[in-house]
Amino acid sequence: MQTDTTHALTPSDNLKETLRTDDLLLNMGPQHPSTHGVLRVVVTTDGEIVKEAHPEIGYLHRCFEKHSENVDYIAVLPYVDRLDYLASMNNSMGYAIAIESLQGIEVPRRAEYIRVIISELQRIASHLMSYGTYGLDMGAFTAFMYGFRDREMILDIFESISGARLLYNYMWIGGTYRDITPEIVQKIKDFLVYFKPKVEEYNNLVTYNKIFLERTRNIGVIDLKTCHTYGLTGVMLRGAGLKWDLRKDHPYSIYKEVEFEVPVGTGQMGTLGDCWDRHIVRMKEMLQSVRIIEQLLDGIPEGPHRAKVGKVIKPPIGEAYSRTECPRGELGFYIISDGSGKPYRVRCKSPCFMNISTLNELSQGVMVADLIATIGSLDIVLGEVDR
Amino acid sequence: MGPGDNVVMTTMDDVLNWGRSNSLWPLTFGLACCAIEMMATGAADYDLERFGCGVFRATPRQADLMIVAGTVTLKMASRIRMLYEQMPDPKWVISMGSCSNKGGPYWQEGYHVLKGVDRVIPVDIYVPGCPPRPETLIEAIMMLQKKIKVQEAALGPIGFARKQA
Ligand code: SF4
Repeated sequence: MQTDTTHALTPSDNLKETLRTDDLLLNMGPQHPSTHGVLRVVVTTDGEIVKEAHPEIGYLHRCFEKHSENVDYIAVLPYVDRLDYLASMNNSMGYAIAIESLQGIEVPRRAEYIRVIISELQRIASHLMSYGTYGLDMGAFTAFMYGFRDREMILDIFESISGARLLYNYMWIGGTYRDITPEIVQKIKDFLVYFKPKVEEYNNLVTYNKIFLERTRNIGVIDLKTCHTYGLTGVMLRGAGLKWDLRKDHPYSIYKEVEFEVPVGTGQMGTLGDCWDRHIVRMKEMLQSVRIIEQLLDGIPEGPHRAKVGKVIKPPIGEAYSRTECPRGELGFYIISDGSGKPYRVRCKSPCFMNISTLNELSQGVMVADLIATIGSLDIVLGEVDR
Repeated sequence: MGPGDNVVMTTMDDVLNWGRSNSLWPLTFGLACCAIEMMATGAADYDLERFGCGVFRATPRQADLMIVAGTVTLKMASRIRMLYEQMPDPKWVISMGSCSNKGGPYWQEGYHVLKGVDRVIPVDIYVPGCPPRPETLIEAIMMLQKKIKVQEAALGPIGFARKQA
């Protein structure tokens, strides 16, 4: 049988000309379970395809910089904790380092050890959270439960050293607020023994799961050029294949003395720099953090856990900038002192802000469901984006 | 209208309140740090489900409990009001954390922070803490359940509108 193809095509061609299609403006957030907080994304869709996705921020602007100008140096610490509330320890460590370099405080060795151990634990906790919520975004509720179950154990350790579960005020200028005891060291050891085999379990459960793979590979691909254009750091950069970690390349504290590897994305399951690559980098980083802690736990030197600093900190006139590797990327604090007891200016360079600014570029021409996968893999915390 | 109607009405109240208090559906609505603790309350260790309050809903139209967890900024305040109005009656609100109670650590210099979510929506239970521990949130939910149990279920000519104070 012969079909007249030319004839068959004509009506649909006509249809295309006469059918008027409109773009649909879709409002995602600020109350949306997959935006990880109060982010609003204004999405222009053409059918199921995303044309543009503009993140609108500012729903959690909590006036961090204004506060810093009005309280003294130590009182800024709680506000610093509340920037990235999933990685409070890392945040306040960065701030403390800036003040110490401004005032020229020598941090005792013991304090450095405690700091690095604690901030690596915090990194594990933060990545566990990211694992859990990303699983949730992709429809795996079990991942959420598993992630939170093991995160609770880290929170227990933090509770026993600082008294709080989420926001600790533990890193202090010149060291840490409290010392750690042998019981706590034992607790951390027990946790590491428990935790190490778990990462593989997580990977089997979610990372190599067929559905998860299909939803994350080849999605939200960031190449190195985009990374450099937007100033991305941390997991985003490493996921795109660049071995860049401040702990290695610009070491602060005692990171020079520990051995660890910097995991990078390889495009193993799809394209280099896709959502899956970023996910696997986080999973591998947890193991590296375990490695760092293991090296330090047995050799914590004796001595004071805090340098002698007065109750009132009055750094000399000047400025200081600190950059530290947070779970979400490079966190910078720029502090200007005018010689008084209060900072003249505290500026926070937040990694999440850079990450979220790529969203429009990443979501051109993807499906709406892939937009969720992309946002999840950016692992943003709105407290830090809006400050 | 016989004298027996009253008895039926009271039983209605009991049955409805019993049902409502034990199947609270909270709105998935996290604002800031406190939301992480709210999620922890719903997760493995604390397991809010045990108290009949674990079905977090993503849309306000299916929820009857709003847990305002976190800092309410001025930009967010109108959205919270809108979400509250979208929830069907009867509905309850728990204000979790110092921020939504009274501005929290941002009470003094926070030019963009609403000093208490009760300025935009009515609040049933205030939970103190920065952030409150999961146990505290569970306690608050149990208090809310007690409150619902003594509430008059059927009010007004249509439906079960909440008694406005
Ligand atoms: S009360 Fe404290 S923990 Fe809760 S949102 Fe406010 S600052 Fe964060």
